[in-house]
Amino acid sequence: MMQTKKKRNSNSALRGFFRNAKAVVGFSIFSLFVIIGIFAPLLAPYDPQSTNFAPSLGPSVAHFFGTTNTGQDIFSQFIWGTQTSLIVGVGSSLISTLIGFIIGVYAGYKGGTVDGILNTIMNVFLVMPGLALLILIESYLKSSTPLINGVIIAVTGWAWGARVFRSVAMSITNRDFIVAARLSGAKTWRIMFVEILPNMTSQIASNLIYACLGAILAESSLAYLGFESISSNSWGTILFWAQNGGAMLSGSWWWFVPPGIAIALVGTSLALMNFGIDQITNPRLRIHKKRKISKKNPALEPSGGM
Amino acid sequence: MRYFLNKLGFLLLTIWAALTLNFALPRLMPGNPALNMLAKFQGKMPPQALKAFELQFGFSNQPWPIQYINYLGSMLTGHFGFSYTYYPVHVSTIIAQSLPWTLGLLGISYLVSVVLGTVLGIFIAWRRGGVTDSITPIVSMTFQAIPQFWLAVVFVYFLAFSNNIFPMSHSYGNTEVPGLNWPFIRSVVYHGFLPFLVVFLTSVSGWIIGMRNNMMMTLGEDYVVFAEAKGVSPRRLIFNYAARNAILPQVTSMAIALTTIIGGQILIEQVFSYQGIGFQLTNAVTSEDYPLIQGMFLIVAVFGVVINFLVDILYGRLDPRIRRRGATS
Repeated sequence: MMQTKKKRNSNSALRGFFRNAKAVVGFSIFSLFVIIGIFAPLLAPYDPQSTNFAPSLGPSVAHFFGTTNTGQDIFSQFIWGTQTSLIVGVGSSLISTLIGFIIGVYAGYKGGTVDGILNTIMNVFLVMPGLALLILIESYLKSSTPLINGVIIAVTGWAWGARVFRSVAMSITNRDFIVAARLSGAKTWRIMFVEILPNMTSQIASNLIYACLGAILAESSLAYLGFESISSNSWGTILFWAQNGGAMLSGSWWWFVPPGIAIALVGTSLALMNFGIDQITNPRLRIHKKRKISKKNPALEPSGGM
Repeated sequence: MRYFLNKLGFLLLTIWAALTLNFALPRLMPGNPALNMLAKFQGKMPPQALKAFELQFGFSNQPWPIQYINYLGSMLTGHFGFSYTYYPVHVSTIIAQSLPWTLGLLGISYLVSVVLGTVLGIFIAWRRGGVTDSITPIVSMTFQAIPQFWLAVVFVYFLAFSNNIFPMSHSYGNTEVPGLNWPFIRSVVYHGFLPFLVVFLTSVSGWIIGMRNNMMMTLGEDYVVFAEAKGVSPRRLIFNYAARNAILPQVTSMAIALTTIIGGQILIEQVFSYQGIGFQLTNAVTSEDYPLIQGMFLIVAVFGVVINFLVDILYGRLDPRIRRRGATS
């Protein structure tokens, strides 16, 4: 889903993105996980819930990541968990970016009282402690599913993006092409999505990436705390069962290590992609990069000082 | 003064929002699970306590607005109700007992990572282009992407369970008597080290990168270039000219980071069974102790909001320009 979003960006930015080594590495790692997620039914060797195997087996050829204390194949759980975690991450980031875009751009575009009210709401959401709020909501929701959690994460976490979108919208609202569109009688939603949106694709992409990382982390935290129904299967639920199934006492480190590494890898790949976007869109970072290469500035070089 | 009042207004507004959330959530949820709680404790508690519970969670025949006003009144006077797992202990007592642990652990690990990270960031900006400069962003990204609670689990397993280098749980040993005595303090430091390390490792890199990028931007400013042309020594240029201004955005990040760090802390405390707010919160969820959940959420929210307020005021002092701008930006 994210790729199609990005393809809509102007071509030059896309080329710049793929010329950046960090962005390419990040994109490759992320794509690998997407492929695992899409082809989970083919890749998973066993039924993730089946308890047909010997309990607490270490990693082997038959069971790459060993088995749980009830004899489930952890590798199959991991593969299916990849699918769930990515759907939650990408889906939640799309929802929160959409909410953030609508509220942020509307506030920035309208200005005045509308902006004052929306901006205050945004700030309230920004200072609310995210995970504590999620835990509060979940405590009333008895065993929800990963998908519901993804929606809740998006609904409580949109303000980070909205703040960025608002400031960009404010800076372009008075440009000629927006004024022209308004004078020609275009509706507000049209101006927001047709005129303003193409001018903040990099901010949107960057926000999608951060929201995706945040959602994957938040979902795994909630699942780890046991807020998801026992039939759901995500990286977080593997960690939950590892904790509750005595992975430590039986020495089954293979049970809780893979999901954490996977989350860290996906997170790093997203951060790398964001780094690539930053290099394209932030002129100041680009200027410093040029200077770093040309080394025109002897006084600022370390050799000059030491 | 206007700036101060604006910020104070926002502080009160946010606390009100947190209170309203606590009030509205149990009433909005389908099949209010707090109702089951009530059934469970019927007969085990004096009617007076049950009545308070009913008022707090909306099982009363009074109209909503009246319930709401009563609710706000009891919350503002510090009546968070009773904890049901620890009955007859008040929620406020539990908060008072666990808050120092959270604040101590959070405060120390947070301060150490902010100070060390900022200093390292300045250093890396000074020697930019070097090996550290190219490696740090990657290491930093990886550490930031690692879920804190998972790192905590890994540390507990490899450093505490398998090798017994550190204790697995709790904030001090069973045999120590809490107080200002050396064995107790030593035990607290010993028990707190692993949780501290988790927070430190996962957050320090963010400060390094943030400070480095701020330094890069400041070093490009005209006044720095001018000072450089004037012949100011590089050391002075970095520390007295650039770092002073580059630290300003760090202050804003400090406030934002606190609200997220508190969230991470909840899980870390859970993993280490460290008796702070987060541990009590997750325990309360398991035992369906709704008054305790509400109280813990409220205290976490108020803490974050107050810190945010203080940082805003501090920022207004550090950077007079900000005071003239809009109130909530």
